[in-house]
Amino acid sequence: MSYTATADMPIEVIDPPQPVQPLVSVRGLSVAYDAGRVGWWGKPRRIAALDGVSFDIYRGETLGLVGESGSGKTTTGRAVLRRIDSTSGSIEFQGHDITHVNGVALRQLRRHMQLVFQDPYASLNPRMRVLDIVAEPLIAHGFVRKADEARDEIGELLRLVGLPRDAHDRFPHAFSGGQRQRIGIARALALKPEFIVADEPVSALDVSVRAQVVNLLQDLQQELGLSYLFIAHDLSVVRHISHRIAILYSGRLVELANRDELYENPLHPYTEALLSAVPVPHPRIQRARKRIVYRGEIPDPGHWPSGCHFHSRCPLATERCSLQAPPLVERSPGHFVACWHR
Amino acid sequence: MDMTSEMPLLEVEQLSVEFDTRRGIVHGLRGVNLSVGRGETLAIVGESGSGKSVTAQAVMGLIDVPGRIAGGDIRWKGRSLLSREGARAARDIRGKEIALIFQDPMTSLNPLLKIGVQIGEVLQRHLGMSRSQAQTRVLELLEAVGIPAPPRRANQYPHELSGGMRQRVMIAMAIACEPQLLIADEPTTALDVTIQAQVLELIAGLQESLNLSVILITHDLGVVAGLCHRVAVMYAGRIVETGTADDIFERPAHPYTQGLIRSTPRLDDRLDRLIAIEGAPPDMLSPPAGCAFRLRCPSADTTCTQEPPLLSFMNGGNAACWHPSNVAAVVETAEVAIQALP
Repeated sequence: MSYTATADMPIEVIDPPQPVQPLVSVRGLSVAYDAGRVGWWGKPRRIAALDGVSFDIYRGETLGLVGESGSGKTTTGRAVLRRIDSTSGSIEFQGHDITHVNGVALRQLRRHMQLVFQDPYASLNPRMRVLDIVAEPLIAHGFVRKADEARDEIGELLRLVGLPRDAHDRFPHAFSGGQRQRIGIARALALKPEFIVADEPVSALDVSVRAQVVNLLQDLQQELGLSYLFIAHDLSVVRHISHRIAILYSGRLVELANRDELYENPLHPYTEALLSAVPVPHPRIQRARKRIVYRGEIPDPGHWPSGCHFHSRCPLATERCSLQAPPLVERSPGHFVACWHR
Repeated sequence: MDMTSEMPLLEVEQLSVEFDTRRGIVHGLRGVNLSVGRGETLAIVGESGSGKSVTAQAVMGLIDVPGRIAGGDIRWKGRSLLSREGARAARDIRGKEIALIFQDPMTSLNPLLKIGVQIGEVLQRHLGMSRSQAQTRVLELLEAVGIPAPPRRANQYPHELSGGMRQRVMIAMAIACEPQLLIADEPTTALDVTIQAQVLELIAGLQESLNLSVILITHDLGVVAGLCHRVAVMYAGRIVETGTADDIFERPAHPYTQGLIRSTPRLDDRLDRLIAIEGAPPDMLSPPAGCAFRLRCPSADTTCTQEPPLLSFMNGGNAACWHPSNVAAVVETAEVAIQALP
């Protein structure tokens, strides 16, 4: 049936409900690293780090990406930013496929997506002034020729991230860990990006300072409409900053859900273990909690078990789990889980 | 639990440690008092630079040039470890009766020695065992700390083990001589959360089965809540509050303790925003006069430039503060408990 406007029929423009287009859309992303070869004539070996990861990030949203060491969380962040190449899958940014862009187009793209690093001590050049550090992206992209040309603009950025105005001419060593992370954030914001990957931005900071930086990231999101991929190694900090949370285990997404849904109704046994492993800072509650401590270790990348990667540690595992990898399916609206038994 | 009737195992009194640096003297510890009873678990909580690790190192006799113990005393079962005779006895006590595990199990194991040989060394040095006796005992120890297949593991090098396994090896080494006090300096900071839960469970289990006293040094209040009887909170080289774990978490008196608890993210609440402590810890080259926390403290006023009194509370806890929150519970105000130091 098709609608054709006739004279006696008022023309009504019916827009089909336009689904909101995600800012970043990742489908089936896999990454493998070269691991050299055994002997001179040996076959080159590749170690898989990420295996078919899919997620979307919407405008103004924070997606928390949680995983332990070796789960591929940093690899995901870098692959989405096109810092490393993927072996398969696709990455879309603002509706454009950016999986294979390179050259000038890639440089253009990098203005829109930036990275905040984990270690504020290692990620700032100790011989550069704060002004030069924050101005470097502007120089690299040809907006200014010298850092001093951007002095006012950078002063504004420093104010935005809560640093004193006279921070300009000082060197990183004059700042505490929390302030250094603010410098790193100012540098990431210099090009006015829409999307920021924050790779464990507060893990190296003290507890009392951690909260300052998390709050700053939230304020900046409100003010500038930023989208974040916020990478973390446990579930404590992400709760306060994320809208949705994705859990990675050994290169695969095992669960993805809205924040409160994930905390109140976790489905994957690994998510349950992660939740129970984070101690609650309250003795009576902590003593009363059911602790789930799973035996065994996180599998090494390169030595992933067959089937579900978690099956060797999982209390629910059956034979099927060791043979077939479970797909990520939507159990309730917006709540995805990859498990044969949940 | 009444620990006072018995002589405490370890007493630290007015301990001061200074470090000579090119920029001047860093006041690492500025008059630290603490005691640990038999079978008791004491947590020392603080941020980086607060002096919690320096306290452990001083007890273990690991303060070396450019650091020095500038004042105070450390007593083990009533005997000073710092006097001339004590220092000789201390060499046998440390490592045998008092054992230490470090934060980073990779850098504290010798990469060139097999696991079995490293643990065996401790037994040969302190208990005078022969090499073959030691090797039998090593296997028992590896078993005790939950390492599967001990004979195989004993023949491996540290790099062949995962982080969690290495920390278990460190613990095996620490308990090899059946110590009475175990000092654990951030034992789980370098580990993943699910592995952290395993190691904490192991320490709690050993404490019970061996009737160990434990000093747990950590920056993570969550870790403390499940494991410790008493808590000492450190800030800028001093202990600012002590109390039972329940009191510290439910009725913290010192504004710093309160701030630390509020800024720790919790899994069991739904705050959209973390509450931060503004500012950063002071530079220990020139710590501020009076209360070191006053520059970040919401209830600070002019009296805080004076040395704060050490207030003792009904419940046995105490806090060094001019404006504690639970004034009614104060039973006694020590004259000047924390002596004014240069």
